Parts: sequence; structure tokens; C-alpha cells
Amino acid sequence: MKAAVLVFPGINRERDMARTLRLTSGREPAMVWHADTELPPGTDLVVIPGGFSYGDYLRCGAIAARAPIMDAVRAYADKGGLVLAVCNGFQIACEAGMLPGVLMRNSRLKFICRDIFLKVERSDTPFTRGYNAGQVIRVPTAHGEGNYAADAETIARLEGEGRVIFRYVAPDGSRNAAYNVNGSTNSIAGIINERGNVLGLMPHPENHVEAAIGPTDGRGLFAGLVDHLAKAA
Amino acid sequence: MIRNEPRITPELIAEHGLKPDEYERILKLIGREPSLTELGIFSAMWNEHCSYKSSKVHLRTLPTKRPWVIQGPGENAGVIDIGDGLACVFKMESHNHPSYIEPYQGAATGVGGILRDVFTMGARPIACLNALSFGSPSHPKTRHLVSGVVAGIGGYGNSFGVPTVGGSVRFHARYDGNCLVNAMAVGIARKDQIFYAAASGVGMPMVYLGSKTGRDGIHGATMASAEFGEDSEEKRPTVQVGDPFSEKLLLEACLEIMQKGCVIAIQDMGAAGLTCSAVEMGAKGDLGVTLDLDKVPCREEGMSAYEMMLSESQERMLMVLKPEKEKEAESIFRKWGLDFAVVGETTPTKRFIVRHGGDVMADLPIKELGDQAPEYKRPFVSAAKPEELDAENVPAPIGTIEALEKLLGTPDLCSKRWVWEQYDHVILGNTVQRPGGDAAVVRIEDGPKGLALTTDVAPRYCEADPFEGGKQAVAECWRNLTAVGAKPLAITDNLNFGNPERPEIMGQFVGCIRGIAEACKALEFPVVSGNVSLYNETNGRAILPTPSIGGVGLIDDFRKSATLAFKRAGETILLVGETTGWLGQSLYLREICGREEGAPPPVDLTEERENGDFVRALILDGTATAAHDLADGGLLVAVAEMAMASGIGAELSAAPSDIPAHAHWFGEDQARYLVTVPASKVEAVLARARAANVPVWTIGTTGSDALTLSGERPILVTILRESFEGWLPVYMASEL
Repeated sequence: MKAAVLVFPGINRERDMARTLRLTSGREPAMVWHADTELPPGTDLVVIPGGFSYGDYLRCGAIAARAPIMDAVRAYADKGGLVLAVCNGFQIACEAGMLPGVLMRNSRLKFICRDIFLKVERSDTPFTRGYNAGQVIRVPTAHGEGNYAADAETIARLEGEGRVIFRYVAPDGSRNAAYNVNGSTNSIAGIINERGNVLGLMPHPENHVEAAIGPTDGRGLFAGLVDHLAKAA
Repeated sequence: MIRNEPRITPELIAEHGLKPDEYERILKLIGREPSLTELGIFSAMWNEHCSYKSSKVHLRTLPTKRPWVIQGPGENAGVIDIGDGLACVFKMESHNHPSYIEPYQGAATGVGGILRDVFTMGARPIACLNALSFGSPSHPKTRHLVSGVVAGIGGYGNSFGVPTVGGSVRFHARYDGNCLVNAMAVGIARKDQIFYAAASGVGMPMVYLGSKTGRDGIHGATMASAEFGEDSEEKRPTVQVGDPFSEKLLLEACLEIMQKGCVIAIQDMGAAGLTCSAVEMGAKGDLGVTLDLDKVPCREEGMSAYEMMLSESQERMLMVLKPEKEKEAESIFRKWGLDFAVVGETTPTKRFIVRHGGDVMADLPIKELGDQAPEYKRPFVSAAKPEELDAENVPAPIGTIEALEKLLGTPDLCSKRWVWEQYDHVILGNTVQRPGGDAAVVRIEDGPKGLALTTDVAPRYCEADPFEGGKQAVAECWRNLTAVGAKPLAITDNLNFGNPERPEIMGQFVGCIRGIAEACKALEFPVVSGNVSLYNETNGRAILPTPSIGGVGLIDDFRKSATLAFKRAGETILLVGETTGWLGQSLYLREICGREEGAPPPVDLTEERENGDFVRALILDGTATAAHDLADGGLLVAVAEMAMASGIGAELSAAPSDIPAHAHWFGEDQARYLVTVPASKVEAVLARARAANVPVWTIGTTGSDALTLSGERPILVTILRESFEGWLPVYMASEL
């Protein structure tokens, strides 16, 4: 796996992501500066990590979505390249038009850092092949604006096309408003684009990969990607 | 010639927080009337906040040296050796006055300031903690302050990208007019790459870095050196505005130029901004400094020298760079989109000269401004020690289980989840033990070493007996680090008190310092950094004396650290340390009996050490499966906390016949821990305890889903949890 992690000013989970990519793929990712205009040759995974790009000023992700590197990322995705967009990365991907919808203030209007439970809706994507469909995983969230919203038509399309990949659920896998941590429409935590090569999600699987530190439920996502890319090569 | 406009009047002097005798001293020092800019500079340097003029003489008595201390108090932060060529850099600092006036920005810039102190020394911040004190929950302002302060701490730390892993929150009516916001930051540096403030070399360029200077925070440090009256709201313009985004850029840029070897000396612009940083760098290096304010990047037009020198705009640094590396440093700062300007130089004169628009606006002796500022030996009186309260004379108004349920739902003992869930405590991927335990544990780089971190103080003990209270704050900090298996290494102290010009307040201060010093000495737990916040009083009513202690401990393998949760049913619960049933100043006495009286529990430092060393050994050799220190609320509260953390209940044997039951369960005797061990190991542990002269008793067994006391009705752990988790969210969501 030749991963490239984008670094915008104010991004702050790039080191967490880089470590996880190293631990799961055995290979150090390239860190790509926002002002660059090209991805490193041979990149087979672009990661837009979490943080507060440009201080979340104006609107979360809005300024980063217009950074020079994003043209290259869009072109890469248009050719089918894999893009993993986590937290602020998800917000940036939405602002960049790579994924539909927006992420609004959490319904309780507060930043929330908490382990939550996600149901993996599909296992037949490059991002989720390390899980079983219907599996419930425990990963942390840490965001103030993760309340996913889109117009009714978009939501219906996402649901109809099976593009909701992760959903906030109770530990037993049931849909329950009390476990919808930020008030997202249909408890949506992660979605994929039409082509199936761009995944955006709010929680942080990269923070749950080491047994010595805590749960390891996030590992499946990265292990799946490594496996997918190895088979594709 | 320096222009003297406007004329310096007694009113102007008083407005600058300078006393008449201090003004006399200025006249004698410079042999003429100061300019307004000079008066501002003196006010900024000689206020209590920057000069420590009331406290310095006492602070010198604190033990600050042990072989592992690399840098003690006096720099931006303390530095200790943690092995493997690494150093831990840490400090705690208050932002009390600003947080009361404008809670969000006050708390946010408190976090920003302490983070800057740590990365100024070359360390990458790895964790933040805090210690918060608020007024009575029934006070109309409390909810607003809690909400704003917590949001501000989270807003800054989350965006900056450092986990906030621990802290403490308390409520008491004595904080109604002055909340306390003490923020602690911890960073890791290479031992051979620590950066200091002392400038060296004559004619070296002084470089201004970071954000632009605006009119915010002017007189912030002076404001923080006075008590509040009815007009505290009007002081809002003295509060700075934080920009964590700029600070994150500043961090990355600073670490990058440090790594490239560009930096000779560095000082962040915190309290009293450009004035304090330039004076400290010069004074510490025995050099003069000349500043050219025309070169200072400004956010607003037409700023006067006075305003520029006193601005507390955030996210700024002053550095002395190696001249040959100046271009390289500049290109790094430009890459991060930050300002970079040569604003002055070092001189051989020991004068602090400020030029603006072609005029000399200030020309002052730098040593007297800085490290030779005035010092006071303020008069103090020590209050009489309160009498010990005999538990036999404290009737139990309600039953034991009812009292437990009630205590767990009181503001001081309840879960602070509502607070710490607003802090990102998992970022960086190294948080081994999250908030809610005795101490947070954070992995160092890729491990296996870990740091244990905590903040502690029991202000009610300090109020009743400053000496014992000071001792207890250090001992409890040491105990919390020990309870996760760490070896306690050093502390930072954040001393919050009232008006030091009142002898009884000064008496509290002196008493607490003596207690802290004694405990630090006995526990080999030196003070390496700290901060003093005085004048925390409103209309003559002072806060409870609150010397917050932030502690750092080291564990060689973080995977061996202990947590407080019971691990499995059928294990034996052991109580380590003597129980006498000490109810004086206990939370039981205050919350259940409505009495705040008596002497606080005495701290026997020899026992602390013996009991603590015993518990740590049990943790590290894998014998203890869970460990928890006993503090606020006493024995039964501690058992309940271990049960709630796990969902596993316990069956406890009856209180001994020679102690009233409520005193046994809720007394706050010190130097105590609870540990669980597998039943098969109990005999061996008791034998070890006898050999080590450590008192240990078996008090029960883990199991079931309820807490069962001999002779009392069992109570489900889930019911306890409801009480524990319920109070704070309900309080914060409810209307006045």
C-alpha cells in the first residue's frame, strides 16, 4: 500500500493516521502538503485525516476543499483511486463535492469525544472487506460538527443504492436515537460515493488499532484496504 | 529625551496597580519621571502576576532538586529526565480572572498559554489536564461559567490537537465571585534539545514570530493582580482572544526551526506580552535589549508604543536566532503562513530601550525590571488549628447505603463525564487510561514507557489547616500516580489564594507552602514549575486556599498500569493503610450532616511512602488486579467507584466495632488504597505486608451486580451509577 496523507494547516490527526497506516501496512505513508499540486507517483490510497483545517473557520472543510492539492485528489478519484476521508476529512470531501451532503453542528451543540458503536452495513467495499456485513464495531468519535444531513432525495438515493456504509447503533446493533451521537439523519456515520472509491466517515477507526491501548475494532478497515490493494496489484 | 505626555498623576499610578512606594522606587531607579509607556512597562513587570513579589521569598523554600530534574522553576516550564534520551516538560498555570470575566476565551487562552510554555522549550505537547473550581451550583453565574470554561478548554485543546486526559472539578460557595481555571500541559522533548529564554551574544537579532499584535488583553496581567469589585464585567476588554489554529501553526513552525538548529533563545509572549518576553530574555542573559516598534506586525493601525508593549495578543513568540540561520527560519515561518519580523537586537548595556516613530519611548534598567523586581516579606498570621472532631459526636442522620447513594450524586463526587466528553482525550493515539481514573496514563512515543498524570488538592483541608492541607495535596497527587503503578517524579504547583496584603491570607499561603515543601521532601517529589495566582477575591471575600498540584509519574511499561475497575468476581478486596474514622472536614460531614468543621485528616508522610511503595510493587509484579486510592468520600465511595467502573459488585464485611459505622465507611483517613487480588494470593500478600510493616486488611469480595454491606440492604451497581452519572448533566441542562 502506497498511502498519501494530506496535510492542511490545522489538520491534527495526521500523525495518528500515519502511525496506523504504518502499523497495518508495514509501510510509511507519504505526507503531502496542501500547497502541492501533485500526489506522489504510484499512490494507491489517499487519506484526508481529521483535525481543524484552517481552524474550521468559515465552515468546516470549506477552505481546505479549495486547496491546490484537492484538484489532484479529485482527478485521482475520478480515475477510480481510493480516498479515505475521516472526520474533518469527511467534511472536506463533502465541501469538495466528492461526497453528497453536509455535516452540521451536533444536535446537542457540543463537541463529543466518546467511544460509539457502528454497524458495518456492507462488507463488499474496498474499505469494509475486513468486516462482516452487520458487524458492530466500537470506535471513538471526537467532533463538534458531525451531524450528517442532505435533502430527502439524496438520502433516499444513498439508502436505495446501499451507499450508507456505517451507522450509529446501540451495542446490540439496533437503531436507537440515544446512540445516534450527533443527531445524523438515519444515524448515518459514513457514506461512499457512487463509484464506490471514496469513503467518508466521522468516527476515528485509526485510534482503535492497538490492543495495548484499547479496542482494536478499527483495524479491520485498514487490514481490508491492505488486502484489497495487495490483490489488485 | 523621552517625552512626558501625559503627566504622571497619582490616579494614573493607581490605575496601573502600582503602590505609592513602588512609584517612589521607580523615581529613584531612573532619576526622573517615567513616560506613560515606561509606567506601563513597570506596571506590567512589577505586578504580582509577573513579578511574584509577594510569593517569591516563600517559593524559594520549596524543594526543587533531585537527580532527575533537568530544569526547575524559573523557566517557561519544568523539565525532568525520563530516560532514553527523553525529557518531560510540564507546567500548570492559572487563568482565573479572565475566565470569570469571559469564560470561553479566558479558559481557551489559558490552555493556549500553557501549551506555548511547553513547546517554547522544544517539547511537543502530548497531554493537557486542568483543575477547575466553581461557585455553588445554586449561584446564578455558576452554570454559565462551567459551560463557557469547559467549552473554551475543549475548543482550544481539541483544535490544537492535544488530548485533554484528566483533571478535577469542584464546587463551593467560596468560589462564587472567583472561579479557578488551572491548566496544565505536558510535552516530550529530546533531552539534548531543550530551549531556554536567556539570550546570549551582543548584537543578535531579536525576531518576532506568530500572529500580529492587536489591542486585546492590554493590562491583562495587571487585572489579574487585583481583586474584583462590582465592576468586574467592565474588565472584559482586558481578556485576550484565542486562535488555536495559529497556535498549531506556531507549534509546527517552532519545532521545525528548532530542529534545524536556528534558535539561540526563545520566549513566548504570554502575560504582559512583548514587554515581559523581551525583558526576561535580556535580563536572564545579562544583556540589554533595544526594540524598534515600527517593525512589529500589527493587526490594527495607529497603535501606540504603550499599546504595543502591553498587548496580550495570543500566539506570539520572541526569539534570538543564529544570524546565519535567519533566512532559513524565515522561509519556514512563511511556509506556515506566520509573521516573521526582526524587531530588535541584544546590546551590552543592560538597558531596555523602546523606539517608536523615531522617538525613544522607554529607556529603563533591564535587571531591575526583570529578575531584580521588588520583593515583599508581607506580614502573615496563622489561624489557630481547629479542634479534632470526635466521630462519636457526629450522629449519622441517614443510613449508610442512603448516604452512599446521596454522596455519589453530590457535585464534588459525581461523575465529570459531561465535562471530559467535551475534550478530545484520544487524539495522538497514546491515551492508555482515559479520564475517570486515579491518574491518566499516556504512552510515550511508541512505548513501552508511559507517563501518569493527575491534578489534586482538597481546598477545604487547606482552609481548615493550611499546613496539613498543603501536605495532603502533594500526598494525594503522589498517591494517585502510585495507584496506577507509576513512580511519582515531580510536580508543578498552581497556588491560588486571596489578597496577600491581608495577613490571614498570607498566613494561608505560607502554611500551604510549608506543607507542600515538607511533603515534597519526604516523598522525593520536587517542584519543577509553577504559578501563583493571588487576589482571587471579590468584595473582600476570598476563595478557599487552593494550591493545585499537578503531578507526573513514570511507568516503565504502560501495559502494567493498574485501573480502578474490578476485574472479575470472586477476588479479594484489600484495604491498605490505617482507618481511624476521621470525619473532620470530610465530604460526608459537609454533604450529609451539613457541617464544615474540625481538623482535616493528618498526613503521615512515612506511612504514605511505605503504603504507596507496597501498592506500587503489587501492581508492577501483577499481583494486584485493580487499585484505587482513597480520598474524597472515604472507603465506601472508593469501593463504589471500583464497582461502577466495572459493573461488578462486592460483598463487604461489617465495620469494626470500635469505630462508628459511618466514620468507618466515610472517614477520610490518608495514606490508604484499595487493591483487589485473586483469593489464592491473599495469604502471600498479607505476609508481604507484615514484612513491610504495612497495615492491610481483607474487607470483602468482588461479585454479583450489587454492593452488599453486612446488615444493610444490597444496592445495585446500576442504581449507584444513576446517582453518580445523573447530577451534572441534569444540572447543566436545567434552567435557573
